[in-house]
Amino acid sequence: MTGDDPTNRIDGERIRTLAPQILEMLQGVRQLELDNVTIDIGDLELFIPVGAFSHFPNADQAPPARVKPAELIPEQYIPLSVSYPAKVREVVLGATKASGGSRCRSITIGGATAPAYSDPTHPAGNLPAIALDVFDMEVQLPKVLKENVREVIGDPAEWARMNVRKFGADLVAVHLTSTDPLIRDSSPREAAKTVEEVLQAVDVPIIVGGCGDPKKDALVFAEVAAMAEGERLLLNSVTLDMAEAKTLEPVAKAAERYGHLVLAFTGLDLNSAKELNRRLYEYLPPERIVMDLTTVALGYGLEYSFSIHERARYAALMGDTELQHPVISASTNAWGARETWMKMAPEYGSRELRGPVWETINALTLLLAGIDIYMMMHPAAVFTLRDIAGRLGTPGNADAARIRDWVGVRV
Amino acid sequence: MTAAEAETTRKKGIREISPIDVYKLLPGTNCRECREANCMAFATRVVNGEIVLSECLPLLTPEFRAAFLKLTELLAPPVKAVTFGPAGNEVTVGGKYVLQRHEFTYHNPSPIAIDVHDLMPETEFLDRIRRITGFSYNYIGRSLSLNAIAIRCTSGDPDTFRDAVKKVSGECSLPLILCAPDPRVMEAGLTSCRDRRPLIYAADEKNWKQMAELALQHRCPLAVFAPGDLPLLRSLVRTLIAYGVEDLVLDPGTFSSDGISSTIDNFTAIRTQACRTFDPLFGFPLIGVPMTVWCGDEISEEVLRWKEAVTASMLLSRYADLLIMHSLEGWVLLPQLIWRFSLYTDPRKPVSVEAGVRTFGKPGRSSPVLLTTNYALTYFTVESDIKAASIDCYLIVIDTGGLSVESAVAGRYLNAESIAASLADSGVTDLVSHRNLVIPGLAARLSGEAEEVTGWKVLVGPKDSSGLAQFLKARWPPEP
Repeated sequence: MTGDDPTNRIDGERIRTLAPQILEMLQGVRQLELDNVTIDIGDLELFIPVGAFSHFPNADQAPPARVKPAELIPEQYIPLSVSYPAKVREVVLGATKASGGSRCRSITIGGATAPAYSDPTHPAGNLPAIALDVFDMEVQLPKVLKENVREVIGDPAEWARMNVRKFGADLVAVHLTSTDPLIRDSSPREAAKTVEEVLQAVDVPIIVGGCGDPKKDALVFAEVAAMAEGERLLLNSVTLDMAEAKTLEPVAKAAERYGHLVLAFTGLDLNSAKELNRRLYEYLPPERIVMDLTTVALGYGLEYSFSIHERARYAALMGDTELQHPVISASTNAWGARETWMKMAPEYGSRELRGPVWETINALTLLLAGIDIYMMMHPAAVFTLRDIAGRLGTPGNADAARIRDWVGVRV
Repeated sequence: MTAAEAETTRKKGIREISPIDVYKLLPGTNCRECREANCMAFATRVVNGEIVLSECLPLLTPEFRAAFLKLTELLAPPVKAVTFGPAGNEVTVGGKYVLQRHEFTYHNPSPIAIDVHDLMPETEFLDRIRRITGFSYNYIGRSLSLNAIAIRCTSGDPDTFRDAVKKVSGECSLPLILCAPDPRVMEAGLTSCRDRRPLIYAADEKNWKQMAELALQHRCPLAVFAPGDLPLLRSLVRTLIAYGVEDLVLDPGTFSSDGISSTIDNFTAIRTQACRTFDPLFGFPLIGVPMTVWCGDEISEEVLRWKEAVTASMLLSRYADLLIMHSLEGWVLLPQLIWRFSLYTDPRKPVSVEAGVRTFGKPGRSSPVLLTTNYALTYFTVESDIKAASIDCYLIVIDTGGLSVESAVAGRYLNAESIAASLADSGVTDLVSHRNLVIPGLAARLSGEAEEVTGWKVLVGPKDSSGLAQFLKARWPPEP
């Protein structure tokens, strides 16, 4: 996320004082107002490496003779700074009036020059952006999620507005679930109308999600793309199945022609991700592609997602141009885990806490693997991710005095 | 340095060691005492991290001492493995070969220790120990549990601490971490659990000499505590190694909230130098102490637990080889136990299991026929639920390219045609006399079409296989 717009800034100090409110959000007592919360990128001091260090003065010395030392042997610490030959592309989501759209601001994601939070001497790059989900019809949601949005279910525009105003969404992700031929099979025209209403209800950038059917999605995306010309929507998603169904080309061309971006979705397989991107390069500049490498729920294979993202990022930084795209995580998928919604024995705690913490940990785990943009749902997960993502990559306050006596704490 | 240099300026990493390198140093007698086909097969499994060197019994005899030492050095992980706890119930921490799990695999899942302290009222103290030892969760057929107890001295009094350690030792056989900055207190604790080989926490700037003496005397591993001060941490490690203490565990300090970036940076820097450059001073296991969130002035316990949960999970991902926590709430611990299990699975293991028909229990001709996908975690979850409920049935595992039910339905890998094809391939038509198929609840939308294409009656099962037993009780056998 770029911080050039003053209304888009989160003050670290202020957000810290808000921490207790996590509790209240969990209880659904009240929602956090993020109106005055700003982050000031300009204030961050970045360590600039004074040189690369490739050897340790003390590391190769012979071990000292076994005479018990009487004093501490002094040692120094020289940070190891690793530089990478390549970087991840930046992608701009949403277009302002000045650039042909109607959004109040655009959001830049990507730009990583090192694995996530691997080295404080590398600038942290753009903050991860957070999109909150909206569904265009009544869908089955766990109770804990539903109670935050109950009054707006079935009204995508109102839901979008709530996501932005109440929960501080950077973007809104509209899922056109009703277009699924096996569900309601609503028409591309109806779908485009829903997107139009959402665009009118909020002025943040929008992600538009289809139903997963490669033929139907192509029709829907073409209609939506034309209707929202110039808005730099992120079309979620294009797949190799579309290539097989011969619908990839029309969708990619529509995205190109009407000034949108595509989300290239593949299932935990880097070769597929690369192949899909290669096909997309025929129609679109690479700066219009974001990758979805698949987010699996904690307990259902999150480790596959974690490692695929670590591998993709490392390969990208080492020069694999076909993987140098920002990546998205649908952390809402965490709610697929039974531990998020199931009533369990009392020793496992209440699902009111288990669910939100599951989504939070899902998102934070992948943050450490390099996620650039999220699709999420629970306000407490959003709050915590934003808080921690804002802190990582900036100099921390390692106040030794505060924790030195943890052993003696009377709790 | 550049990333390429970082890759090459080290001693041979585990991925560069070939089975031949190992084979050359083995006895070469193909004695099969290790249960492998021959020495070459053993060597291959050793470099794959699937078997440990000490399984080769001849190698442990004096005759092969030199070869054993050479092999130990060749295969030594950049992060030392340190063991503590009573014989037969010990835990090993560290022993990491790589920075990122996909490079090889992570070994020695980080034990999670829960604290008690020596001024806790008796009933609370005993209740806590019972809750720690009793906590377990059945996850895909494995029992996940807590692994150690950290006994903290809050009294400052050697006798009180001694009693607390004695009490814990009497109550359970879990490995212990004795936490006391005062060497006199530590000594009292150590003398009351002589055969437990606890981890001593911790040597710091002031007490390091006495703690080193205690570690040597009692042959216990020693933690090193230098919060937020990496030069001091290195200085302590170098000094302690020179002192003769070789089993060290490092605590660079766990800071949460506005200190979280320092924590992640320090843990990452230490582990990166250990794995990329074989730095000898950082090549030790790391302790994360999410419990430090309880040091602040935050009052709400729920917020503290939330912070502890979040901090613990990040430290599991970022190289903590051992965690000390305070919260005993299930919602805090469950995600840690599951994430730890997941993170330490072998990433080389495929995402999918073999498609085909599986038999559970003793199914007869009227037993249920169920269906699921071949995504490993989906399959293991269903398998574990079927076993837990002792259901006699056939389970058709359909090839969805390793996708879960929901993704497979969305991506059209699971559809009426693929269901029909797997029914035909499975041969299940010969095994049962009925024609009723239970499909996952998440594939409900396929039921109509599947009935048409397969000619079977399709029952929409529960959305989650934990509901299978109840579902079958109510719906099986189906009405004709």
